[in-house]
Amino acid sequence: MFDLALLWETRELILQGLWNTVWICFLGCLVALSLGLVLAALRLSSPRIFGYPVACYVEICRGTPLLVLLFLLYYGGPSIGLRLDAEIAGVTGIGLYGAGYFAEIYRGGFKSIPKGQLEAARMLGISPWHALTRIQIPQMLRLIVPPGTNQLIILVKESALISIISVDDLTKNATTIVNQTFNVIEPYLAVALLYWMIIELIARGGYALEKRLANRQPRHTVHQGESAHANG
Amino acid sequence: MFEILLNHYPVLIKGLTTTLVVSLSAIALGLLFGVLLAFGLTSRSRWVRWPCGLYRSFWRGTPILLQLLLVYYLLPEIGIEVAPITAAILTLTLNTTAFQSEIFRSGIAHIPAGQIEAARMAGISAWQTRRRIVMPQVLRLTLPPLTNEIITILKNSSLISVIAVTELMRVSEQIASRTFQPLETYLAAAVLYLAVNLVLARISAHLERRMAGGLATE
Repeated sequence: MFDLALLWETRELILQGLWNTVWICFLGCLVALSLGLVLAALRLSSPRIFGYPVACYVEICRGTPLLVLLFLLYYGGPSIGLRLDAEIAGVTGIGLYGAGYFAEIYRGGFKSIPKGQLEAARMLGISPWHALTRIQIPQMLRLIVPPGTNQLIILVKESALISIISVDDLTKNATTIVNQTFNVIEPYLAVALLYWMIIELIARGGYALEKRLANRQPRHTVHQGESAHANG
Repeated sequence: MFEILLNHYPVLIKGLTTTLVVSLSAIALGLLFGVLLAFGLTSRSRWVRWPCGLYRSFWRGTPILLQLLLVYYLLPEIGIEVAPITAAILTLTLNTTAFQSEIFRSGIAHIPAGQIEAARMAGISAWQTRRRIVMPQVLRLTLPPLTNEIITILKNSSLISVIAVTELMRVSEQIASRTFQPLETYLAAAVLYLAVNLVLARISAHLERRMAGGLATE
């Protein structure tokens, strides 16, 4: 029932779709991760003027579908002189949308570090920069890896929507094959498996990173028997 | 944007109603099946746990758009003709069932085992224990992630426009192509989605406060 030959014949379309999905997701996630960090920093910065606009931005990302954002960029953009290729609109959409979620994840990470630690650092004469890079960021990283991995996975799955604005990604090319060969199951299931693989890779990566970061805990929490140089 | 909202509000509201009907039906059905699947996932038998886990893994691990296309094209293939809106509700239900089951599973894990043992000792049947002891507490514990899931489904319902269900997104596309004002139209759609989701978040926060009050007095 499952026709593997069909998949072999259409391998070029599938691989092209895979490549497009991968690079668009990669760039989109990169934009989301970096813009999210900027937004979180603005929200937490001491002059509070940025707090409210960033909070609004986050609410907008959470409350509107990515599809609407993609349509705004791709179909609405030209009326204000913003002409984007479908691929670039996809990267921008995923980036802007994901940034709202990542801003919250970073903020949650920073917020969960006890204030006492920073006060203690100041008492000990540690500079704010050192406190940030040696105390806050290492702890924050450990906290944000699990929700961050989750969010990356969500973005990869949502990236299927770029097929609707005519990007030749995995989903679009699967539909093309379905329309050409009148076989529904094979293309869609094969593509579903590919998405599943990408997601599993991200999940494994996140898990490995989490373990690595956990190993870098202060010495005294290292269990006896584990040697200190294993922390590398 | 306001012009679009003013001139086209009857169709927009109609689209929004369809969006709400589809999403909320899926959520309600997903609640029912999600609870059942959660019990399956926490079952003592491996033969129940394993297929339930596979189901959850597939529906959580693949894009919902792909799931929608698969369901929509596959059903006629196996001789079942359904209206697009039925396929849409079916897909969203199958999807949210997996996500809700995970929410409930983690909620069930938070109920102290002692309560269930005590119930068994007191001669309360397994089903009664689930219905009267476990689930009321789980619902309270899982309200915040459940709200997130409702909002996610509402947002995801936008993609059923692809199979020509005339919900809010589809209606917006029609208005945009008629008025040649895509920017304004999609902004209007964004505002409507945002408004509904903000209201939902408010209701949930209110419920959470009330339920927390209930917990404190126990």
